[in-house]
Amino acid sequence: MRWLLLKDLQVLRRSPLQAVLLVAYPILIAILVGFAISGSPDKPRVAFLNEVPADARVSVGEKELPKIGVGERICERVECVHVKDRAEAREEVSSGDVLAALILPADLVDRINSLSTPVPSTPEVEVIVNEEDPVKASLVNDRISSLLTQANLVIARRIAVEGGKFIGLVIDGGQFSVLGQAIRILGLGNTARILHAVRATMPPGPLRKSLDEVLRFTTLTRSNLGTAGTLLTRLSQPIVVDKEVVNGSSPPLETFAIAVAATFTLAFVTVLLVAGSLALEREENAFPRLTRGLVSRSALLTEKVLLGVGVGLVVTLLMLAGLTLFVPLHWDRFGLWLAAIVVGAAGLGAAGAALGAAARDGRAVSLLAFMVTLPVAFLSLIPAGTVGPALNGVIDVVTALFPFKPALQAMTAALDPGGPDLPTALLHLVALIAAYGLLARFALRRFSAV
Amino acid sequence: MEARGLVKRYGDREALRGVDLSAEAGELVAIIGPNGAGKTTLLSILAGIAKPDGGEVTVPRGEVGWVPQQAALYRRLTVEENLLLFARLEKQADPRRSTEEMLELTGLGERRGEIVARLSGGNQQRINIAIGLLARPSVLLLDEPSVGLDPRQRARLWEFVVALAAERGTTVVFSTHDIQEAERYGGRMLVLADGEALFDGAAGELRAAVRQEAPEAAEQDFETAFVAFLHHRGH
Repeated sequence: MRWLLLKDLQVLRRSPLQAVLLVAYPILIAILVGFAISGSPDKPRVAFLNEVPADARVSVGEKELPKIGVGERICERVECVHVKDRAEAREEVSSGDVLAALILPADLVDRINSLSTPVPSTPEVEVIVNEEDPVKASLVNDRISSLLTQANLVIARRIAVEGGKFIGLVIDGGQFSVLGQAIRILGLGNTARILHAVRATMPPGPLRKSLDEVLRFTTLTRSNLGTAGTLLTRLSQPIVVDKEVVNGSSPPLETFAIAVAATFTLAFVTVLLVAGSLALEREENAFPRLTRGLVSRSALLTEKVLLGVGVGLVVTLLMLAGLTLFVPLHWDRFGLWLAAIVVGAAGLGAAGAALGAAARDGRAVSLLAFMVTLPVAFLSLIPAGTVGPALNGVIDVVTALFPFKPALQAMTAALDPGGPDLPTALLHLVALIAAYGLLARFALRRFSAV
Repeated sequence: MEARGLVKRYGDREALRGVDLSAEAGELVAIIGPNGAGKTTLLSILAGIAKPDGGEVTVPRGEVGWVPQQAALYRRLTVEENLLLFARLEKQADPRRSTEEMLELTGLGERRGEIVARLSGGNQQRINIAIGLLARPSVLLLDEPSVGLDPRQRARLWEFVVALAAERGTTVVFSTHDIQEAERYGGRMLVLADGEALFDGAAGELRAAVRQEAPEAAEQDFETAFVAFLHHRGH
């Protein structure tokens, strides 16, 4: 078997394009993923034009609220690219420099203030997006909706706080300023105290009875307004989230991205190499000569899978080593990386052997390998719960039958302690190695037909 | 080596219909016949690559060397790497020595470092034959071995093969389209047509049979007479 392995490595070395691709591919992937992870801004870039006058204030009734600073708050959540006018905003979006442009028009605060008048108008902000790419458009819409929801929340909270102060003034009394003049408000509490004092001096009779009704009204009003104050505050955020994690913790997004890149690399290198190398034995007419007694078919399959594991291991480690230039990796978990890469590569190699034995012809093998690996890889990346239950079930079955998803789970688990369960993923892969090994062995019976 | 009543079917088509063949140690047997006669199928069964649907094959202890019609080697390896690989897989005691012997036989010693894909078809066929001879087998099966070889290479090949049979007692069974080659090197000739064995005997006996069954072509060259013979037999 070792001589065949040596032969395959010699053949690989003699195929300059293949050899260059095997070395260049992981380096390229490492650089791309590295830049994508380390170079991508934490916040999305949004062109921002604030036309609202600096001294404009949202007011409740006659009272102006303190400056809310919606613009500043938005720029805390996105990377604001300040532009001077709409044309520049549109240009930034068209060129793709920013995801979208957000424009706060000059009359925004006036429109907000009109909400408490008999003739309210709807406050609007302007958003410019480039919808050439539907995925990007959806992302931008989600981001902008989220931003505006947060802005609305900030305003609602501030209004609720100011409204609460007014209610407090009505209940407890105090100073109130109107047009620069301080006005003292008596308040319901003080009113009740005065009325109680007056009542004590009054003889029983119809007048005292009427006074009792006024006293009951003030007591009830105080109590209900107190509840309304609390309710007003709660209205700004009526529902809060109580999150309970039932199934492990998720690894950081960048770790998952690295695991995806590594598994993609491993899958394509291993599946294509093993399937292609097996098909080459037939193309060179060497298969009958080899299996006449020089090498058993099972040994030949094992040799091909070992070739895939060896090359896949080197290529994936190269890629991970390249990625350490951009992001820190847990090198203390190197043993687990090895386990995940070796078992994952063996699973993918066994699948490649089955494909190679089934397709037989070199060109058909490449096509088949792409046709199987690519869709399964994409299906494996669809998060659970984002599609209907029936489709989700089908996706689960399909992805469980191909080694990509368990290899990805093993890789994620090996890279980060917060990942999925490593032993389960490895056991899944071992089962697939056995299944695809048997399939490949069965397909080789037809493979050898003269 | 002995084969009795060999039958091979590919779907509805019978590629071999009860063919018998026996060969003694040191004997050279030529299998001749038109395209589709079943020559390659018969050799594949004798080599153990294909299984017969009927009949049985008995081969002596030891290696059966097989040289397929299409070169079975790695075109991206060098001449030497190919020979060394198969010598190692054949578990030769001294793979490098066996390789050197075959390089000498093929006359490709000076081109040992060349990638096989860059060699001519004839030279690739020489390596193909050399690989089959690496283990010095007791039975050697050659499927149209001289195809693509020039006359000098052909003479060199047959010199070696005849010596193998004569000096080492190797049984050699080869298929060919070339009736002269079969007559010259085959001690015995098996004529196949449409999977059926039409004749099994020495070259002289075949000439006699051809003269008897196709007298009108007896005065012409042997190849023309042989075609007339096949025609008389309904093929």
